[in-house]
Amino acid sequence: MANATFDIEKVRKDFPILQRKVNGKDLVYFDNAATSQTPKQVIDSIVDYYENYNANIHRGVHSLSQEATDAYEQARIKIQKHFNAQKPHEIIFTSGTTHAINLVANSYGSFLKPGDEVLVSALEHHSNIVPWQMMCEKTGAQMKVIPMLNNGQLDMNFFHKEVSSKTKMVFVNHVSNALGTINPIEEIIATAHAHGAKVLVDGAQSAPHIQADVQELDVDFYTVSAHKICGPTGVGILYGKEELLEQMPPYQGGGEMIAEVSFEKTTYAGLPHKFEAGTPNIAGGIAFGVALDYMHSIGFNVINAYENELLTYATERIKEVNGVIIYGPENPKDKTAVLSFNVEGLHAYDIGTILDQMGIALRTGHHCAQPIMDYYQIPGTARASFSFYNTKKEIDSFIEALKKAVSMLS
Amino acid sequence: MSKIEEKQEEIVDEFSMFEDWMQRYEYMIELGKTLPQIDEQHKTDENIIKGCQSRVWLHADLEGDKIKFSADSDAIITKGIIAILIRVFSEQTPKDILEADLKFIDEIGLKDHLSPTRANGLVSMIKQLKNYALAYQAKLN
Repeated sequence: MANATFDIEKVRKDFPILQRKVNGKDLVYFDNAATSQTPKQVIDSIVDYYENYNANIHRGVHSLSQEATDAYEQARIKIQKHFNAQKPHEIIFTSGTTHAINLVANSYGSFLKPGDEVLVSALEHHSNIVPWQMMCEKTGAQMKVIPMLNNGQLDMNFFHKEVSSKTKMVFVNHVSNALGTINPIEEIIATAHAHGAKVLVDGAQSAPHIQADVQELDVDFYTVSAHKICGPTGVGILYGKEELLEQMPPYQGGGEMIAEVSFEKTTYAGLPHKFEAGTPNIAGGIAFGVALDYMHSIGFNVINAYENELLTYATERIKEVNGVIIYGPENPKDKTAVLSFNVEGLHAYDIGTILDQMGIALRTGHHCAQPIMDYYQIPGTARASFSFYNTKKEIDSFIEALKKAVSMLS
Repeated sequence: MSKIEEKQEEIVDEFSMFEDWMQRYEYMIELGKTLPQIDEQHKTDENIIKGCQSRVWLHADLEGDKIKFSADSDAIITKGIIAILIRVFSEQTPKDILEADLKFIDEIGLKDHLSPTRANGLVSMIKQLKNYALAYQAKLN
């Protein structure tokens, strides 16, 4: 075990869902890269909010509203500290990563002009491609793609060759959702900055495994979804550097984001409220903070070491299955706990369907990253993604089930 | 009783013999292997049913007053599902296809495949079968 203080059985008891059966079998949940499961502590915080201090925030003079506002703003500070942002108002609550990227694409992206270039990595989730495509169409900026190499890593030579004074934005994920590749974002950020470009890093897949320090990275924008990191769905954050957020126009209009409104002119509120129109997901924001507390009670180093142990074990064991092809970096150290694979001659959908009958949940398909699948010329992969509450015993069940599926389907 | 209903009952009877999911899936895989292959010329992008995780091609010809379906997929379980659907719907009149009630899907334990998740193709397949029936009915009238 990676750390003597990490008691896996105790951790598993925190997750009520891990006790349930699926199709009569013990659930083996290996779809953590799609969404993580939720510990009791986080669920309780949501119940506590609705049972005890549900109120709209930032407005009411009454006690409930003040309690709710305090809890929500405390969560913002927890998130700020977790990512080591300089100021709490550099953390903008959003509905998730997709919303956060759309915010930057529409707001900061409105500064783009014809002749400008933006660079996107070929490893992106569709949500870090499409908003920028839409913005390029609107502004006349041109999008260039940093290609992927066969090992699932970015072609950094191409990046260094193509980045120039024309480049205004680079967007890249910290970790690929389809393959688990950890991208060299430090190198990308430093190089982009040397050419005067800003960088948005999609941290949806890295957040559950790697504690990013936004100041040390010197990243301009970093986006996260709570539901990937033991929090609830429907809430996430955008981190942005204060000076950039100050320059940016609001993205959505409504309540909360204004200072003064008249039909002649509206003046906007300061950060972070300028970007937080409407009543937010208050319980979700508070629960996001509790999820981070929970992760820290175990420790990100412990989590990372244990997950890597699981990935190494699964990577070895899956080789027992005839015809298995693994996609992405070969060395488990170069990726997070994701095993993206196919079995020769079989469709990932068939494998996923049979495994589900045996209680094993994994993801099949293109993982909203079709450019990667096009590169390998495959319709999709099966993806097993592990979390710190998974066990080697579950990996054993998965391998046995996979062998059975292969024999049924062949 | 219309022929569609008879065919549905036949399939329900066959599936009622199976004791567990494995037998049910093994049978669907077998059915998939026997699926009458679609003519290569009909495996076009136009004939791909959108909304399936696996690729599914469906083609329909009008023969007399009846529709003949042929299909293929790159996933074997999907092929099995289409094979069942084709057995029920192929060589039926557009009117009967449009009016058909598909309660057998539930009865043979395929209901899981009807949930409206994005991975799922059964809903799209049935919709496409019925679309063909609608188009040919318009043509016949």
